[in-house]
Amino acid sequence: MMALPKVKHDATEARLEGLFLPEGVGWTAAARQDALARLRAQGVPHRRDEYWRFTDPARLTAAAPRPAAPMDLSDEAVLHDEIDRLKIVFRDGVFDAGASDDLAVEGCEIVRLAEAQKTDLHWARDIYGALEAQGQTPVDRPLAALNTAFAQDGVLIRVTGRVPRPVEIVYRHEDDTSDPILHHVVRIEPGAELTLLETGTAGARFNTALEVDIADDGRFHHLRDQGRNHLRQAATHSFARLGARSVFKSFTLTLNGALTRNENVIAFTGNDAQAHVAGAAIGDGREDPFHHDDTVFITHDAVNCESRQVFKKVLKNGAVGVFQGKILVKKGAQKTDGYQISQSLLLDDDSQFLAKPELEIYADDVACSHGSTTGAIDEEALFYLRSRGVPEPRAQDLLVLAFLAEALLEIEDDTIAEGLRQRIEDWLDRRAG
Amino acid sequence: MLEIKNLHCKLEEEDKAILKGVDLTIEAGKVHAIMGPNGSGKSTLSYVLSGRDGYVVTDGSATLEGENILDMDPEERAAAGVFLAFQYPVEIPGVGNMTFMRTAVNAQRKARGQEEMSSAEFLKVIRAKAKEMQIDADMLKRPVNVGFSGGEKKRNEILQMAMLEPRLCIMDETDSGLDVDAMKLVADGVNALRAPDRAFLVITHYQRLLDHIAPDFVHIMADGRIVKTGGPELALEVEKNGYADILAETA
Repeated sequence: MMALPKVKHDATEARLEGLFLPEGVGWTAAARQDALARLRAQGVPHRRDEYWRFTDPARLTAAAPRPAAPMDLSDEAVLHDEIDRLKIVFRDGVFDAGASDDLAVEGCEIVRLAEAQKTDLHWARDIYGALEAQGQTPVDRPLAALNTAFAQDGVLIRVTGRVPRPVEIVYRHEDDTSDPILHHVVRIEPGAELTLLETGTAGARFNTALEVDIADDGRFHHLRDQGRNHLRQAATHSFARLGARSVFKSFTLTLNGALTRNENVIAFTGNDAQAHVAGAAIGDGREDPFHHDDTVFITHDAVNCESRQVFKKVLKNGAVGVFQGKILVKKGAQKTDGYQISQSLLLDDDSQFLAKPELEIYADDVACSHGSTTGAIDEEALFYLRSRGVPEPRAQDLLVLAFLAEALLEIEDDTIAEGLRQRIEDWLDRRAG
Repeated sequence: MLEIKNLHCKLEEEDKAILKGVDLTIEAGKVHAIMGPNGSGKSTLSYVLSGRDGYVVTDGSATLEGENILDMDPEERAAAGVFLAFQYPVEIPGVGNMTFMRTAVNAQRKARGQEEMSSAEFLKVIRAKAKEMQIDADMLKRPVNVGFSGGEKKRNEILQMAMLEPRLCIMDETDSGLDVDAMKLVADGVNALRAPDRAFLVITHYQRLLDHIAPDFVHIMADGRIVKTGGPELALEVEKNGYADILAETA
């Protein structure tokens, strides 16, 4: 193995200082050791790395997070409150039993990582860190390896039937300097189905990973709202492995946040499966910086699978949006249907959008397309609205909502979609006020 | 109601004068038609009155009920009672027609210090008015003008006019792209809105719209000025002989 450059080695060791592999971690011990070895071999990311060209990872790799004071959220309604769901609450990464529901719901078994790892053997052993490790090729994802090695807790969900209620992981942030690392694992057994909601800011800085293993004919829906803390820094990874005829759908809403890197790594291993990933982000850099990076890597290694990426960003006052999306179609992955669109709406000249769409195709009977656009508000539409008496700021908000609506259309459940749409509208209203 | 005096304007981007001294007075309750050859400045007049970007007023004034509208933002003009029915209504994907109209109605009410309309009341009113314009519920739900036919777009303009109840309705070539039946429907909608406290400025190329919306006055515009004013018979004269005779006699 090639030795790490000194600067990387030093940065990695600096990050590892103060991090210790937890004791009594039973069946996760080997996975954690392996992940630490991966991290040491890769080194923490550096802005000179090609994969981090548009996003400086310094704040994500620093030994301590930049402080982020929690926000008073009393002026907003609780998201998903009209939906009957099972809530699992983490306060700055620490499980809050009092605020959580009983971890019992029909059709699945739920256990926290911190509990489950005390045992010798667990169903999650074949998944924990394994999907992450597979996702390290061909691109290094050192922050995900760090997560597997040092995760303090998380939720392990094994779905055996059709779960009638969504499961919601609720993050609360109260400590200025919290730096939680959480790792969730979902196993969807054949024909089973789950909706997983993730809501809120997990800490001043947070590193979360989600590994989803979907067996044949399984279905998984993931809806995430990353909260509204302006200064928080986030690195998140989702790794999904899709069996035959399975469905994976994930949507993320990001409203502000100083630094966000969301990586989605999806691998089709069974034929006729479907994966849709989408995201809507709005950032206003007026008071605090906003940098949002969506990085997606989809590997088609099966026949007749469909992947779809739809990412929209609205950027204002020096906000920066990044999209790196890759579709890799392996030899033999015929009849692949890959679609990718990334769009940004720049509300001024100071903001910027950096996009790197990539297709790499080794099969000859595929339909893949990608598009990326950057634009300003449509002046014609703005005048039309104003000429009807709609004040300019409100007219602009309507057009912003309209722009993001296309990403929201990716959400199957109308109630959830409406809740997230309302989130965007509330954000716009607060800005106007 | 509307008083335009010696109005001059040029394009913002280049030094090209478009309006070169328009004088026009429109009284409440009246319908004025403006006709004229292509490039005479008819549409520009409608844009300058409604506040579209891209034009600079270099001289003259335009007042509505004594208030100078040229200094107002488009939304302020709308609240003051100016409405422009667009020649090419804009498609706005992602904004529902209903949301759009409700936002507009309530924004204007708010600007005028009136109470906002409740959802229930708004629904009741818009449904009744939409029915008159033969606009079905589906069209109200769809994004603004997206996938609408030419006729549907123009009917949607008239529906907005009916909902907003402006004092001055400016109609920019509303007849373009309409078949005879659609034109009749649009004209009926306009006629239903005629009222003693409301005035209309109808810009058109053709006399046929004026068969349905009977004007009180007809003005001929050429090269940025109103060159001739008369009654409805003037429109018939244009239809028969074209603009050449009129332009020759006023040159």
